Amino acid sequence: MMRIELVKRPQRSALFSMLSPFIAFALTIIAGAIMFALLGVNPLNAFEIYFVEPVSQVWQLHELAIKAAPLILIAVGLSVCYRANIWNIGAEGQFIFGAIFGSIIPVLFPQFEGPLVIPLMLLLGMVGGAFYASIPALLKTRFSTNEILTSLMLVYVAQLFLDWLVRGPWRDPQGHGFPQTVQFGDSAVLPELMPDAGRANWGFVFALVAAVLVWLMMSRMLKGFEVRVLGSSPRAGRFAGFGFNRMVFFTFLLSGALAGLAGISEVSGAIGQLQPVISPGYGFTAIIVAFLGRLNPLGIVAAGLVLALTYLGGEAVQSALGISDKVARVFQGMLLFFVLGCDTLIHYRIRLIGMALTKPNGAAQLEAAPKLEEAR
Amino acid sequence: MDIAVNILLTIATAATPLLIAAIGELVVERSGVLNLGVEGMMIMGAVGGFGAGYLTGSPWIGLLAAIIVGALFSLLFAVMTLSLATNQVATGLSLTLLGLGLSGMIGTSFVGQPGVRLPNLDIPGVSSIPVVGKLIFGQDPVFYISIALTAAVMWFMFKTRTGLTLRSIGDSHTSAHALGIKVIRYRYLAVMFGGACAGLAGGHLSLVYTPQWVENMSAGRGWIALALVVFASWRPWRVLAGAYIFGAVWIGQLHAQAFGIPVPSQFLSSLPYLATIVVLVLISRNKRLTMMNTPASLGQPFVPDR
Repeated sequence: MMRIELVKRPQRSALFSMLSPFIAFALTIIAGAIMFALLGVNPLNAFEIYFVEPVSQVWQLHELAIKAAPLILIAVGLSVCYRANIWNIGAEGQFIFGAIFGSIIPVLFPQFEGPLVIPLMLLLGMVGGAFYASIPALLKTRFSTNEILTSLMLVYVAQLFLDWLVRGPWRDPQGHGFPQTVQFGDSAVLPELMPDAGRANWGFVFALVAAVLVWLMMSRMLKGFEVRVLGSSPRAGRFAGFGFNRMVFFTFLLSGALAGLAGISEVSGAIGQLQPVISPGYGFTAIIVAFLGRLNPLGIVAAGLVLALTYLGGEAVQSALGISDKVARVFQGMLLFFVLGCDTLIHYRIRLIGMALTKPNGAAQLEAAPKLEEAR
Repeated sequence: MDIAVNILLTIATAATPLLIAAIGELVVERSGVLNLGVEGMMIMGAVGGFGAGYLTGSPWIGLLAAIIVGALFSLLFAVMTLSLATNQVATGLSLTLLGLGLSGMIGTSFVGQPGVRLPNLDIPGVSSIPVVGKLIFGQDPVFYISIALTAAVMWFMFKTRTGLTLRSIGDSHTSAHALGIKVIRYRYLAVMFGGACAGLAGGHLSLVYTPQWVENMSAGRGWIALALVVFASWRPWRVLAGAYIFGAVWIGQLHAQAFGIPVPSQFLSSLPYLATIVVLVLISRNKRLTMMNTPASLGQPFVPDR
């Protein structure tokens, strides 16, 4: 029988702080290999299909960027929340509301065209996401209602609301009864970056810009300092005069706006219309991205690309090996588990103690005795 | 009269999984651990229960499997948060995400297969008494388990020494540790009890409520169970009341849809989630009451020093 014991390090380990995501990734690969073997697939073969083939051609890299853009945008916002110890887990709903708000122009005013359409749509998308995120923020600050549960419940509400919109008032009258809105007009479609090479659109650029801006804010500006202080020590923050309620609103509105921007970018870029389901769980996967990226916006860019690859790989193994594309979700879940586990190494040393060999009490006394003498 | 009895019966069936999962989570939170993975453990219980029932043909084996799967899955959370002192919120979330993915993958081959259903209790003569017979003696076995479980947890929490110890750990793990109580061991057992309960709740979904496997069939019930614990301010009998209120909302919106009330079905479907928010707001408005009842060490990692 083994027992795990944690020994606190005198200071956080810079080495493990850097290594931990890589160890986590390696562990995920090992666990994934076992999983593929259990499914009766040669792991090496599966890994090639999962991780290598989906990114072996230029157009595929564009697909990767399309999947990574919403993940990065959302995760960058969430990282600010989590740094402040505020738990917005309803980004999926804010993503959907951003998409809905932004789609007001192409769906209700399709005759409105021109270069102003896209900026307006993006702005509306951010407003929509921020609006939806302001609900749990308001409830938390006014009534101190737990934001985890309210923001999560609002996801289900948003999904049902979108479902109603595209089956009801916003359904395309010429759509043969399919539950979808009209195809967006040309001026409402987010332009592609390099139309000759692949489908990647401006959403990816937004993601990179957001990551850099938030990184600057967190590392160089007072606001970022405020976030970190309130997150690690709310008492110290209060003494410094940082308002907790203001911080709740700030983080929720920021992360909501970014999730909303991701939503409208996805709908206007990759999909081109509203449908009952517009996200393969980006809002939840982004939570994993945020942690894998160590809540650091630049790390999140890398993590977003990795998680985007798990989506593409999931589709690839489904078509090539006939394994459910849920495999992607399993990979994502395992990755988050291992990252969190490895993060323990930053603050603690892990000691394994065999319980069968030593009597715990006797051993403790033996260890304690010399220390006492030293103390004297 | 028959309609009323039937509605009451369906409310009980809808409330049972909420009640079981919430009672389990109540014990976990009373020990000072916040496990947000209820939804994931529940869906794993549902797929494990369905699978075992489908493969062996016995719903009872299915139910047992659901409990075991739930407990084992929660062990993952326990090792992470208790032995490795990881962030409980993030770990719980990842348990839910992993559970939703894993259950979807395991359940791929179960989709569309006919499941087995636990038979309702039927005592000859007694169960056919009008109204009372069916309500009290004619329900599914898990219903009785849920009631017994609630009573047992109430007794354990407030009438036994071990229950008192568990509550003291939830209120101050450092004091408990200083008194020589094995904090981590208690918490391991509490978390696994919560996992077993969530698994059982999932098994109820796939073996009684709708005896089939549908992806994401827990549909947020795990999260509602979490909200119920807050709503109940960590008291078992209030969890019972809350579960039945939510069962009634859930069934009420289904009946409203069936009656063709001129409101879009999506709005009715969102009622349980909106009700959860409203209830949370109402209960948390009273800050003093919430502060008084919340286990003081809830969600804080604990590393025993020596």
